[in-house]
This record gives sequence, C-alpha cells and structure tokens, in this order.
Amino acid sequence: MLYRECGNFKDNYAKDMAIFPIPLDRWGLGIMLVFAFLVIPFTASDYWLSSIMIPFYCFSLAALGLNFLTGYAGQVSLGHAAFMAVGAYSSLILYGRYGIPLVPSILGGGIVSAIVGSIFGIPSLRIKGFYLAVSTLAAQFIIEWVLTHWKWVSGGVFGTIDVPNLYIFGALLDTPLKKYYLVLCIVALMITFGKNLVRGQLGRNWMAIRDMDVAAEIIGVSLFRYKLIAFAVSSFYAGVAGALITITYYGAANIEEFNLFLSFHLLGMIIIGGMGTILGSFLGAGFMVLLPIFINQSMLTFMERVPSNLRANSEAIVFGGLIVFFLIVEPYGMARLWHTIKEKMRLWPFPY
Amino acid sequence: MNFFFEVLITGLLVGIMYSLVALGFALIYKASDVFNFAQGDMSLLAGLALVGFLTIMPLWLALVCTIAVMTLLAYATVFIIFRPLVARPPLILFMAAIGLAFLVQGIGQSIWGTDAKGLNIGIPDNPIILGELFLSSFDLIFGVVAAALVGGLVLFFQKTRTGRALRAVADDHEAALSVGIPLLNAWAVTWVIAGIVATVAGIAWGSRLGVQFSLSLIALKALPVLILGGIDSIPGAILAGLVVGAGENLAEVFIGPYVGGGIQTFFPYLMALLFLWFRPYGMFGKEIIDRV
Repeated sequence: MLYRECGNFKDNYAKDMAIFPIPLDRWGLGIMLVFAFLVIPFTASDYWLSSIMIPFYCFSLAALGLNFLTGYAGQVSLGHAAFMAVGAYSSLILYGRYGIPLVPSILGGGIVSAIVGSIFGIPSLRIKGFYLAVSTLAAQFIIEWVLTHWKWVSGGVFGTIDVPNLYIFGALLDTPLKKYYLVLCIVALMITFGKNLVRGQLGRNWMAIRDMDVAAEIIGVSLFRYKLIAFAVSSFYAGVAGALITITYYGAANIEEFNLFLSFHLLGMIIIGGMGTILGSFLGAGFMVLLPIFINQSMLTFMERVPSNLRANSEAIVFGGLIVFFLIVEPYGMARLWHTIKEKMRLWPFPY
Repeated sequence: MNFFFEVLITGLLVGIMYSLVALGFALIYKASDVFNFAQGDMSLLAGLALVGFLTIMPLWLALVCTIAVMTLLAYATVFIIFRPLVARPPLILFMAAIGLAFLVQGIGQSIWGTDAKGLNIGIPDNPIILGELFLSSFDLIFGVVAAALVGGLVLFFQKTRTGRALRAVADDHEAALSVGIPLLNAWAVTWVIAGIVATVAGIAWGSRLGVQFSLSLIALKALPVLILGGIDSIPGAILAGLVVGAGENLAEVFIGPYVGGGIQTFFPYLMALLFLWFRPYGMFGKEIIDRV
C-alpha cells in the first residue's frame, strides 16, 4: 500500500508516453533532485563534495555508458577506461590548446571518444562473445600506447596534461561547490537523455541484439548500424565522464588513472548495480566509490589486529568476493533489490 | 640474417611460455565453458606459494606443497563458486572468473606479501652458442619442459580413463552426465590440471621477472594467443603462442624503432584482430552456428 500503481488513468497520448508514468516515481525522483541540487551542496563538507559526490556522479555516467553497451546491447567491453582517457585528453586539448569554451570542449571530448569507440567497435560485426571481449582489450592497449608515445597528444613522455584554470561563462571555476554544480547539471541532463534513449526505438533494437542477434537481424534490425551506435553512444558517455572527472577531481589528465583495472571496476559496477538498468549504474557506482573508503576506515579502526599484508589487499579480496557473491545470490544486481522492495511495498501491510 | 634468426628463435621460445598460459585457459574453457580470467593470478599464486615454501623446505617438497595449494584452490573454486552458477550464461561465468581473479590475487598477496621476490630453482641462465646463434639456456630448458608438459597432457587426455571422461565432459555436459561421469569432479580435475600448468608458467615467468603482482599480467599476454588459436583449442593455443611470440619479437625489433618502440604491448592484439576478421573463431576454434 505504500507504493501504489493503481488509479493511474492514461487518458491521452502524452500520459501514455510519459517517462515516469507512476506519480509516486515522479515525486520520489523530484525529491531526490531537490536533495542533490539544494540540500547536498549546502550541508556536505568540501571533502564530501569533491572526493565522494563528484567521483560518484562521474563514475555513474561512465557506468551508464558501459551499461548501454553491455547491459542493453550485449557487447562486452574491457577497454572502457581507455575511452574515458580519450575523452579526458581531447577535451583538455580542445580547451587548453584551441581555446574552445568549457562545456563544448567537454562534449567535444565525448564526440572524439565516440569516434574512437566506434572504430574499435567495428570488429564486433564479425567477432562475437569472448573473442570480442578480448579484442576490446586491444582498445585499452593501443590507446594507452598512443597517449604515452605520441608527443602531439600528451606533450611529453609521461603523458600528462595539467588542467588549466577553468572559466565557464566568464566565471572562474574554483570551489568544489561550483564544480559540483557543473558535474551535476551535465550528469542530470545526460541521464535524462540516456533514459529516453533506451526506452525508444534505439534501446529496443539494442535489447533485440542482446537477446539474440541472428533473430534481431531477421526481423530487420541492422546489426551494423546498431552495434556501432551502441559503441559510439557508450564511448560518448565514457568520454564525457572521463573529461568531467579529470577537470573536477584528478586535476591532470594522466593515463595511469585510466588503466585496465578501471575497466574491470566499471564492469564490476554494472554487475553489482544491475545490468540493463539505469538505476543499477548509480547503485553500482555509489557502491564502488564508497567501498574503498569504508574498507580504509574499518581498517583504521582495527589497525593493530590486522596484519599489514591483509590490509593492503583487503580491497581486492572484498571486491572479488562481492562480485562472486552478487553473481551467485542476486545475478540481476542491486537494482533487482529495489524491485523486490517495491513488490513488498505494494502489498504492505497485508501478506498477499 | 643471423640476427633475424636470433630474434625469431628468442621470440619462439617466449611464445612457448605464452602457450603455457593460454593452454590453461583453453583447458578450462573446453571442459566447463568458463573463460578463466584468473589464469594469470593462479600463476602468481603458484609463484608466491613456491617462494614461500622454499624458505622452509627443500625444492621437491615445496613443489609438492605448491601443487597441493593449487589443488585446494581448484576444488574450492569449483565447489564454492561455480557449482551455484551451473547452467548460467557464459558471460556470467566470465564475470565470476574476474571476481575469482581479484580474490586469488588478494588472498595470495595477503598470505605471502606484496613485495617483489626472486625465484631461483637452480636452472642455469647462460648464453648458448648454437652455430652462430646466441640463445639463453634458460629459455631452451623451459621450451623442453613445456613441450614435455604438453606431451604428457596429450597422453593423459588420450590414454587414461580420467582423460577420456574429461573429453566427454568437454564434448557435451548432459551426455557425459547421463553416462555417469560426475560433472563437478571432472571440472575440479580440469581445474587442478590448469593449476599445474599455471604453476609451470608461474615458475618460468617468476624466474625471469621475479614473483610479484605484475606476474598476473601475463594473462594479458596469453589472451591474444588464445583468441588467435581459438578459445577451445589446445593445438591452437600452442601454435598461436609460437606465432605471437615470434611476431611480437620481430615487430618490436624491426618495426618498433620507426614508431617509437613499446609496441609489444598491443601488437599481438592487432595480429589477433586482423586474423579474426577473416576467421572469427581463430585457427582451430569450434565454429558456433546460431539458429533462430
């Protein structure tokens, strides 16, 4: 009885096509947006804003990108961190070297990343399954190599570009609060766009390809077009996320931040969060951002009793254990838990 | 020309070691459809365990103990992780293997430490002069060991009762179950064999590079070998290992200087990608035919 779906009469087309047809969902989302825009910025400390909330939003965006590709279109990518790196470097080059305004250069970074991503997506037309998963590793290694070896891109052997002073509409972007708003606005817009993307024709075609590509091709879904679009959209999101996290959190584009392990972590985020759901990208990203902090804090508490080797490796153990745990216990991820809670609330307080 | 052959043969010998790692992948994939991403971490674990045991016991006992550890790992993996996941889609099994990789690496390093350790089991590393070619005796000895291991595996799979059961499981899970082969035990045995292969690879690579975290990254070297040869093919893994080893060494020496070097990290992937474009299932991989 807490969560009601009845009494919701769709008496015109606009209501039938509404993005959130259930009033309760709309209110819940509205409250969360108000919370994110008005409550968090004025109650959270600078540390929370800049070291937890900003990475959380950026990784959610990147995880959402990977979710389009893996969760919706069914193509595994092990090179997604590299696409984030492409976005980061190209947006900084556009902003710092060519003087293009900030928001267009962030989006431009995304577009460059989309182009690179669709190039590496071409093998998906011939290669499937694990062969494809391994081929996407090629993206990771080739991009890493290009960024460290081509001086024009990175300006040196170390492959690092520092973030200059950022101006947006003439105002200096310096405090964590301003950065927080920049990230939040872009992320909110892109999530809305993504939500609409997957419930439209594009998303349905992706899901058809994921469920069985031969059948999808027979009913008229062009594999060539939709697989490449999946790679392009997915790496666009990754690129924007990479650009955002670099300018607001890392402070310098460095290939070390976007290594293979980040690719695995992104994959872990969408498994733990829930593949093929928007909500899952957020839950997974939030979980993976908070997990290391939580582990470190608890290790500090039990400092004396835990041997140092275990302390250094506890993150890997907990991370690996959680992936396995979720796959065994809840293969649809944390987003499924929310679904279960809804089912329970629908009947509460009655047993059936 | 001599230089060319030297580079080629060194590459081939390195390639054998890639084959060893790829072989572990292929064995497990064939038997249980698990794309075992933890193969490199298993090598790391074996190396760490061996170094750890060597400090308190002689070599032969340390080897026995290491293989006991790998056996324990194999049974734990199959019965704790993969038994609840039977009949799940391959992608889920793959992700479970990624989780396993983190677990194995974390647990191994928690027990035996994260610092780099030397591993010396008394194999000489001298240059051998063969005609006009300079080769490393260490590489040669490991080439022979690897060849012997592969020969032993072939005999095991073709001639013994267990080997035949394992091949039956690889062919068709349900048919194997219906004639009374215990599926989980067969998987566990396969994982033990993969563990032994990982141990040999761990010793070979550990003696060259030292036993440390980066040892687990040899899995990344073996992956292009694996897809080039075909994921479920043992001869494919061996042949592709040689091709990749020779190819990347030649490319690094003869093409590398023109583009700034360091192309060894991705050249095998390029080779595999190009080849797969024409044969999407590698050299000897089983072609999957989709039906609607």
